This record gives sequence, structure tokens and C-alpha cells, in this order.
Amino acid sequence: MIDKAFVGSKKYWSWVIILLGLIGIGTLAYLYQFENGLGVTGLSRDVTWGFYIAQFTFLVGVAASAVMVVLPYYLHNYKAFGKVTILGEFVAVGAVIMCMTFIFVDMGSPYRILNVFLHPTPHSLMFWDTVSLFGYLVLNAIISMVSLGAERKGIAPPKWIKPIIYISIPWAISIHTVTAFLYSGLAARPFWMTAVLAPRFLASAFAAGPALLCILCLIVRKVSKFDPGDQAIRNLAKIATYGMIVNVFLVLMEVFTAFYSDIPEHLLHFKFLYVGLDGNTTLVPWMWLSAALAVFSLILMINPKTRNNFKTMVVGCIAIFFSLWIDKGLAMVVGGFTPSPLGEVTGYAPTFPELLISIGIYAMGALIVTGLYKVAISVREHKLPAKMVVTEKVASETA
Amino acid sequence: MSNDRRKFLKVAGFATLAVTGSRALGAANLAPTPWLKGGGLEAKRWAMVIDLKKCHQQEGCTKCMDACHLEHNVPKIEIKKHEIKWIWKESFHHAFHEQEHEHTPESIKHSPIPVLCNHCDNPPCVRVCPTEATFKRESDGIVMMDWHRCIGCRYCVVGCPYGARSFNWEDPREHMDDITENFPTRMKGVVEKCTFCETRLRKGLPPACVEACEYGALTFGDLDDPDSEVRKLLESNYTIRRKPQLGTEPQVYYIV
Repeated sequence: MIDKAFVGSKKYWSWVIILLGLIGIGTLAYLYQFENGLGVTGLSRDVTWGFYIAQFTFLVGVAASAVMVVLPYYLHNYKAFGKVTILGEFVAVGAVIMCMTFIFVDMGSPYRILNVFLHPTPHSLMFWDTVSLFGYLVLNAIISMVSLGAERKGIAPPKWIKPIIYISIPWAISIHTVTAFLYSGLAARPFWMTAVLAPRFLASAFAAGPALLCILCLIVRKVSKFDPGDQAIRNLAKIATYGMIVNVFLVLMEVFTAFYSDIPEHLLHFKFLYVGLDGNTTLVPWMWLSAALAVFSLILMINPKTRNNFKTMVVGCIAIFFSLWIDKGLAMVVGGFTPSPLGEVTGYAPTFPELLISIGIYAMGALIVTGLYKVAISVREHKLPAKMVVTEKVASETA
Repeated sequence: MSNDRRKFLKVAGFATLAVTGSRALGAANLAPTPWLKGGGLEAKRWAMVIDLKKCHQQEGCTKCMDACHLEHNVPKIEIKKHEIKWIWKESFHHAFHEQEHEHTPESIKHSPIPVLCNHCDNPPCVRVCPTEATFKRESDGIVMMDWHRCIGCRYCVVGCPYGARSFNWEDPREHMDDITENFPTRMKGVVEKCTFCETRLRKGLPPACVEACEYGALTFGDLDDPDSEVRKLLESNYTIRRKPQLGTEPQVYYIV
């Protein structure tokens, strides 16, 4: 089955080669960082975690969002998602591997990474995060490969896969909850110490993930004969819209609590992000861009006319994805560090090597997803006619 | 209250340990202290009292810091973002900003405060460390570090409310003039901090900073011993601690 990833058109191969090139550059940049220490990044005493950990946090959300297609399909028997579940699961696999790599490149002594398993420490949330991420990767790899394999042979998937699928649903919620707990249990960092962090993480995940999946479905439809179906894409867009609405609502809750209570140690972080603090305004334009994109995306996505038109919908999805990427992939982590517990404002911006490493990791994720999608699409294209008819029929009946 | 929480965490921790296997149980019983049985200084709970009045009489004095950093091979790094500090000076505003007000005496407002690891009774850094590379020694309360186990994830740096932890962003050995032979140097990629001079205590010596302060501003001793110097100071002076509201129970006390 995997062999399908190694046959493809010229276009397919040029895309793969571009990704491989970026991975190569990223690897060289990592070797440079490994040799010289994490000092080659923009990180510091005060801003101890930055771009890497922020990407990790954002991508855990993307990974968890697979549950938004798995749950309707397997628990509610929502047939229209029959063709996208595998696409969601494969994105999850790629995203989890990226998460792990981002954690790895952030380690000061990566050659000791096995200490996490040699000395398991249940009172550390990082231990639980490792456990939940690994588990989620295994679950998704098994589920997607087994169901795709069965589909290729034209048989029903084995019965034992059902309980594994059911386990994967709460597990998806758990990976992002535990990731939020990494932050929200720290007395030293008032910006993160909010019970709404985990729900907010989940809401933004269920917006950004399905938005990405919408975009991917439209790409798949364009580059292959496999069509995930209008109805599936439209409903994914609907899920992304609800996720985004809940996320914006929760952000506003945070803003209210910080500003009305007027407690400096909560307020100052928001000030740093939205107006700047002690003359440091690095993130201010990004934050307002994120807010503007959020509003813009909601206008496009709440209105059924623009949401159901694929041309405007894709713009809305890109806006959601990018708005949330700024929020989680740039601001959330750095905002928690500024000001520091001692009240210091230290500037942070990722350096060139840091960005190259990050781009390399994203390219690796893209390569994994590309390869897995290629396999899935080849299997589907191969047995297209019969399957298409059946699913379309069921879909129209459900509708 | 904080005791209850610790108990809860312990129970929860042990329940999970049973699941995660016997290797984990071995790790949980860490921090043996055989050396304290020798001729060294022993205590049930080490603590430090810093008399800021005495400290502030010596303007520009850096003796405690110099002694500590020399003793422990702490590198001198020019880039502020990469600095390694075990004991250093902060403004009152930074060290005690929640206790400062508009009319705080100028003498206090503008005098630097020596700060170091607080060796908390309930240390958040220990709670978050994924490998138990940092741990609290149950015998005397010192928050210790195993530099050979630290993976450099910096979760402890994130968890510490006092900025007491330093990460080696670059190779520290390139930033040392003299190397003290009987203390290890560190390498890039690990976290370090004050150890209350546990190696000196073992030899029967007080911490380097305490010894270096000729003005008696730093007092070190056993909080559990009612006759100790630290207890006497705490009973006869009003003292403050950094961020006591967080429940970390810092063990460095300041006489203002």
C-alpha cells in the first residue's frame, strides 16, 4: 500500500523534492544549533520558550482536530464524512510527528531525551504530554492504516478496530487538554493560569484543524480524481465556524476578566500583546492582524452564502487558520513570558536558524501528509466508481 | 492547605507510579543523603536570612556574588539574555514589586536586593521537572540539581516565579577566567542554580556567600532548631519573603 507514495506524476515529484530540500536546509540549521547551543535562537533568560514550543502547541491542536471528523462519522454514523475521516487522521499523524520534532529541537540536551522514559515523573505534566502524544500517534496510525487497507481490499474493516476508534475520540481531547495543563498550572505565569485555557485551546483547535482540512480537501479535489464531496467540505466549514465563534468568545472572556479586575500581573500581558509594554511593540501588529482576520473570517463564514461558495469559503478558512496561528503560534507563548515574573520586558524574535529549523519541520510534516494522502488517493481512485455512487447516495439520503 | 495539596500530589503520584512500573518507584526514592552523616553541617531545614539594612550600608559591594560565582564556576557572559546567575542584585521594584508603593522610602526603593534560589518548601520547579533532574532533598530541604540528568527542556525555568534558574544557552566553559578545580563546570544545554552550597556544607563550611559577607548581612542556619541564629533573627525582626502568596514557601527571608 505504502508503495503508492513512490509513484507519481512530475508535479508530485517536484513538490516532494522541494519539501526534501527544505528538510535538508532545516537539518543543516539544526546541526548548527546542536553544535553551538540554543543561544543561536532568539530565546533568553526571560523568554525561555518561543517559536518552537508555540508551533508545538498550535500543531497539537491541528492533530486533535481529527476528532471533528472521526466523531460524527463513527459515533453519529454521519456518512458524508466517510471520505474525509482518513484525510483527517493522516493530518493528525503528520501534525503529531511535527509536534514531537518541535519539542525535540527545543531540548538543550536532546541526546538525553530518553531520560523522560527512564525516569518517568508523574507529577510533571510534560511526562503526561509525552505519553498522550505518543499514544495518539499510535492510535491514529493504526486506525488509518487498518481502515484504508480494508477499503483497498474491498472488505469491511476488522471488528477490533472499533474500540480503538472509540478510544481515539477522548484521547484527542486529552492531548490538547494536557498541553494546556503544561501552561495553566504555573503560579509563576499569570497569563496562562486560567481555567479557560484548555477549553480555549480546544475551541481554536476545532476551528483551525477543520479549516485546514477544508483547504486540503479542495486541493485534493483539484490535483486528483478523488472528490471528498461538497457536503463533507461544507460541513467541515460549518464546524470550523462554530469553533472560531467559541474561540473568539473565550478570548473575550479572558480580556474582560483581565481588564475589569485590573490586576496588573494579569493585565500587563494583554497590554504587551495589544498595545506594547515599556516601548516593546513587537507583537502588536500581529495581534491586531489576528483580531482583524478573526472578524473577517467570521463575517465570511457565518453568512451561509459566502460559506457555501467555495471561493469565499476558502478565503474564510485561510483567515481562520492564519488568525489562530498568530494567536497560538506566536503570541500565546511569548505573551506569557512578557513581562517576566520580575517585571522585565525582554524582546524576542525567532532568529534565522530558528526559522529555518521550523520551516524544515513544517516541510517534514507536509511531506508525511503528502505521502499518506497519495496512498489514500491512489486507493480511492483505483476503486472510484462503485464507492462514489454508494456514498453519494447515502449522503443524499442523510441530507 | 498547602500541606494537603502536597499530600494529595503524593498520593496521586504514587497511584500513578504503580501503573508506570517499578523503574518509576526507584526514581521516586531519589535524593539519598549519606554524606550528611559525616563531619559536615547538618540541619532539618536550611534557611537564609538577609538583613537588607546591613547589606545596604555597603554600597556597590559584590562580595557575596563574586565568592559564589567563583566557587561554582559560574561563567561571566556578556550577553544579558544568556547570563548565568546564582546570586545577584535586583531592584526592590523587581524583587518585591507587589510590596512596593509610591511612598516607599527612597533608601529601600533604590537599593539593590540580593536574590537567589529560595529553596522553596513547595518548589514548583521540582513539580514540573519531567526527569526529576531537580529535586528537593527531604533531609534538609535543599532544592538540588542533577546536571547529568537534565534534558534542558527549561520547564523549571518557566515554573520558577523568582527567575532563580539559568539555562546554559552557550558553552559556559568559554566564559571562565579561572576554573575552581573542586567544583564541576557545566556544559551547554542544562539548567543550573544556587545549591545552598551543599558541597561546602558537607565539608563543614557555611555557604560561600555567607562566608564572603564580612558585614553579617547573610545568616544561614537550621530553621528547625529554635536556638539557631536564623530562628533568633526571624523572631526578633519583621521579615518578608518573595511572593509568599504563591504558596511556594520560600526559605530566604529578608529583614527590611
